[in-house]
Amino acid sequence: MIETIGWIIIVIGVLFDLLGSLGLVRFPDLYNRMQAATKCVTLGTCGIMVGIFLITGFSSMGIKALICALFILFTMPVAAHALSRSSLIFGVKMWKGTVIDKLGEDKGREQIERDEKA
Amino acid sequence: MEILLTLLSICAFFALYRALQGPSISDRVIAVDIMGVLFAGITALVGLKFNLSYLLDLSIVIAILSFLGTLALAKYLEGRSLDD
Repeated sequence: MIETIGWIIIVIGVLFDLLGSLGLVRFPDLYNRMQAATKCVTLGTCGIMVGIFLITGFSSMGIKALICALFILFTMPVAAHALSRSSLIFGVKMWKGTVIDKLGEDKGREQIERDEKA
Repeated sequence: MEILLTLLSICAFFALYRALQGPSISDRVIAVDIMGVLFAGITALVGLKFNLSYLLDLSIVIAILSFLGTLALAKYLEGRSLDD
């Protein structure tokens, strides 16, 4: 029974991986691509690891899979956030349909205040 | 099982397409990061298929190296030094 649940979770994880990689190919912009791919691949690979844990139980393989799932769950959003912020500072252009840009607004506001002081 | 490994390999080929094609350098970096996590999943599934528990260690190492490489390249793109 619990092995069947583990296999179902693994299949769902692989489907999430497939959709995330399809988004990495199809979306128009760096930030859209990064958002789609990072979220879907994080959930998909965590699903694979949790499925392996449910299949093998508290063996050495199951505990390692659980540790790997926790590590991926904690580190992938950190990496994606750091990379998106640095590429915005580096000057990667947004898509022309983007409607909101908080960091750019903040930087523009800082620039205006600095000009008023000077 | 073979179907799942084939689907994950197709995902890795999508990421490889983006890493070769991507217009900016950040596209290539995020594609290589995604490809590293997909390889961690493939390695874990191969370890489950052949009942080899040390391949899960390899999966953890691949995930750690992908994370560290992405952080280092993000700091490089931002224009700061690595020990800042």
